[in-house]
Amino acid sequence: MANTLILEIQRYSPERDAEPRFQDYEVPVHKDWVLLDALNYLKDKVDGSLTYRWSCRMGICGSCGMMVNGEPKLSCATFLTDCANSGSKVRVEPLRYFPVVRDLVTELTDFLGKLKKVKPWLIRTGELAPSSGEFLQTPAQLEHYKQFSMCINCTLCYAACPVVGLDPVFVGPAAIALAQRYNMDSRDQGAQERIAVLAHPEGIWGCTFVGECTRVCPKHVDPAGAIQQYKVKAALEWLKAVVMPWGNRPSKEASSAAAD
Amino acid sequence: MRAAIAAAEVNPKLSIAVVSKVYPMRSHTVSAEGGAAGVVKPDDSLDEHAYDTISGGDWMCDQDAVEAFVREAPLELLQLEHWGCPWSREPDGHIAVRAFGGMKKRRTWFAADKTGFHMLHTLFQTTLKYDPIKRYDEWFVTKLLVDDGRVQGVVAVELMSGKVQAITAKAVILCTGGCGRIFPFTTNANIKNGDGMALAFRAGAPLKDMEFVQYHPTGLPFTGILITEATRAEGGYLINKDGYRYLQDYNLGKPEPKPVLRSMELGPRDRLSQAFVHEERKGRTVPTPYGPIVHLDLRHLGEQVINTKLPFVRELCLKYQNLDPVRELIPVRPVVHYMMGGVSTDIHGATPLAGLYAAGEVACVSINGANRLGSNSLPECLVFGARAGKAAADYAGSQAMPNGRTLAQARDEQRRLETHFLRKIGGTERVAAVRDEMQRTVENSAGIYREASQLTKATNSLRELQGRFENVRLDDRSHTFNTELQSALELGFMLDVAEAIVQSALQRTESRGAHQRTDYPARDDRKFLAHSLVYRNPDGSSRVEYLPVKITRWPPGERVYGQVEEHGKEEAPPAVPIRRAS
Amino acid sequence: MRPQTSNPPAYTEYHPRWYRPRVSVYWWLGDWRYLTFILRELSSAFVALAVILTLFQLRALRAGPEAYARFQQRLHSPLLIALGVVSLFFVVFHAITWFNLTPRAMVVRLRGRRLPDALVAAPNYAIWLVVSVSVAWLVTR
Repeated sequence: MANTLILEIQRYSPERDAEPRFQDYEVPVHKDWVLLDALNYLKDKVDGSLTYRWSCRMGICGSCGMMVNGEPKLSCATFLTDCANSGSKVRVEPLRYFPVVRDLVTELTDFLGKLKKVKPWLIRTGELAPSSGEFLQTPAQLEHYKQFSMCINCTLCYAACPVVGLDPVFVGPAAIALAQRYNMDSRDQGAQERIAVLAHPEGIWGCTFVGECTRVCPKHVDPAGAIQQYKVKAALEWLKAVVMPWGNRPSKEASSAAAD
Repeated sequence: MRAAIAAAEVNPKLSIAVVSKVYPMRSHTVSAEGGAAGVVKPDDSLDEHAYDTISGGDWMCDQDAVEAFVREAPLELLQLEHWGCPWSREPDGHIAVRAFGGMKKRRTWFAADKTGFHMLHTLFQTTLKYDPIKRYDEWFVTKLLVDDGRVQGVVAVELMSGKVQAITAKAVILCTGGCGRIFPFTTNANIKNGDGMALAFRAGAPLKDMEFVQYHPTGLPFTGILITEATRAEGGYLINKDGYRYLQDYNLGKPEPKPVLRSMELGPRDRLSQAFVHEERKGRTVPTPYGPIVHLDLRHLGEQVINTKLPFVRELCLKYQNLDPVRELIPVRPVVHYMMGGVSTDIHGATPLAGLYAAGEVACVSINGANRLGSNSLPECLVFGARAGKAAADYAGSQAMPNGRTLAQARDEQRRLETHFLRKIGGTERVAAVRDEMQRTVENSAGIYREASQLTKATNSLRELQGRFENVRLDDRSHTFNTELQSALELGFMLDVAEAIVQSALQRTESRGAHQRTDYPARDDRKFLAHSLVYRNPDGSSRVEYLPVKITRWPPGERVYGQVEEHGKEEAPPAVPIRRAS
Repeated sequence: MRPQTSNPPAYTEYHPRWYRPRVSVYWWLGDWRYLTFILRELSSAFVALAVILTLFQLRALRAGPEAYARFQQRLHSPLLIALGVVSLFFVVFHAITWFNLTPRAMVVRLRGRRLPDALVAAPNYAIWLVVSVSVAWLVTR
């Protein structure tokens, strides 16, 4: 195994560059070093202007997403020894399909706007004071939506989804998975409110089930599954509205959650 | 965020700004694994939670604050549940609780082993509901605006563009967390540099109990990643190089096959870290390229238990140390985890500086005293976040708008950043070199065991490092998203906070909780049943004063673990059953 | 999609100037997984073709033995044979990818535990096999 590796890193400083360019750096390879350790080594000792986001270095804060050899990855969870296999140089670029602010830093305002759009909070018809106790929720009901609640907002799924790239108004995998997390929570009563945003060409119907989002997700949230499951549900809701248009069916998850 | 929601609820007409140097879901709360303590079970009582907290804190906790805390903690946790937090449940649907180190009864709520993550995301998503809350993401605060003896806002660099702007406000709440990055081995993320503590310190507010730094006994050696206490709560063993459960040699009880509350591996964190240092001195730890370690043994728990109760721990070990806890031993060593000390506040979150509030790890109320019990810090953020939010909202309602004089301070700050960093001529030091040296100095002097000559030497070293810091040269001179400038400013904060820690440690000539002096090994309630308050003098040096601890119902006793029944001295007050909310 | 202008405006102090890369029309050629996805989508065209062919076949059957014989003759042309082979490949590809994706869209729970994906996809394959065998037996009888 080689003791050094060349990282080919995309640099972009708007004050100096009209367009991004690549710069090569040589880094030592240690068995337990991840890409983030190599970047920190470079920033501390070689080139302090190398710019990237990071915080927790344990794959839970979601700051350090970047493209490594064309694959969206968390830099704190990618061992150097794994990247090195595919050739002599490792190409490091900022996450695809996002505007680039500087070097490896992407612009996230759009993404946060999409998150807010799907109303990712518990919607209930009446407010209950905390002193009245907790809402009961069995472990089975918790398991129902738990997978979708694991999203760390790292936006790797957005970098993997071609629809996001081709159609920037598409709400995107993480946002829909988050909406589903609340829709499927037995305590939530807001599925109707979210439908307007979700059952829409910009929402779930924009998704063509490429499936890349699920493959790259570091937390196994399976956003593609969330979207397809919601497509089935939304289609059934539409059918019900067409066949039985009378009455306001209480949008209650207690019944549908048990039924699923 | 809890404070912002509280303020918005108290007065919906207020405009509330949440200014953060990272996006809200990156805050280090996200990494907390173990749980949050709150009394909800019928066999438990508020007094017992209070007593566990106070005795665990070695009687440095202000008891009025603790009483308010234990009363409000379960309500805050229930409020979070109402906002959607996915707490783990018992089969009948009620909240599940588990044992945790230092607590005599099971009262720790948990959301699998990602409690902090779920709490943070629930709070963040709930703040999206409130229109008055406006977020300034990736704005780095460099200074508090102080005029007329009160705080009138902040000066911040908008990282995206590099512009320095003043955000004027009638009240400011600091929630910037702790300062673990002052030490070389820490569970803390890169962003925990004591920013809020330094900002308050420089503005004239005192820092309380800075000498109490908590080491978590089980962290991975290279990365410092935390291996949660829950592994020990589920039944893990700590063994030295001979495979021996060494904690039994240190007055922590007898080794039992199943975990016993407050005994052996579930003893308080400071005692476990100290046991490690003793083992190291006896040569019974395992040497590795990253320093001495001991082993955490989870193999006897079995794959089923590990996958249901500790899935994140298994994932961490596989991903970062390439080992499987089901079959192998985990290498661990004590790492800095939490800062008991911080900006001095009262039980409403107000600091002595008018208009400045603080809550969470950055503040010291103090409910954690000389040693924090696990699962108390998450509810602390909620309880005191809400209190500070309410108090600040009430204060802001009675204040006039800030005057325009403060804007001149913003321009001065812009000029300071330009001359000292971005356009600086000369300079030879690299930020990382000064930072590494600071970390080494602080670990050697203010680590698990302290002693006067080391601390005095550290004071001089830190002064020298301040000089070297003036001589730092940045490679990155651009305005757009300059993270090197950010590191330099953070280093400046850390140097100030390190000074406060070392001074407080030097002046406290006793041993208590997390502060252990080899030259003064006994606890001295006569002189030191008081909080240390460190102030910055105008010439840059610091002075330490003392504030007596508030004792209400529990007079100081012996901190005893493992053999509670045999020592008659320790008396928990009679259990008063809480009216169970349901 | 905002196109990249050929002369991007010069940087002005304190104003961020983000770089927005354009997505190429040939985005799907860059990655074998994207290519597989596009082929999967394209396969639906061949499924439609196969259905139309079957409809023609049924019409020929109804019209009588000579019409059916003429129909069979036309099918022997090299173009249609080639098309037939390609269609067969795509229809099988379509079926396999569709069955494998079913578990993502339909979560089946038995006694509170989620069924593994293979068990959800398996019945689809089983039914496919049964139907194919039945039809083949009917036709070759």
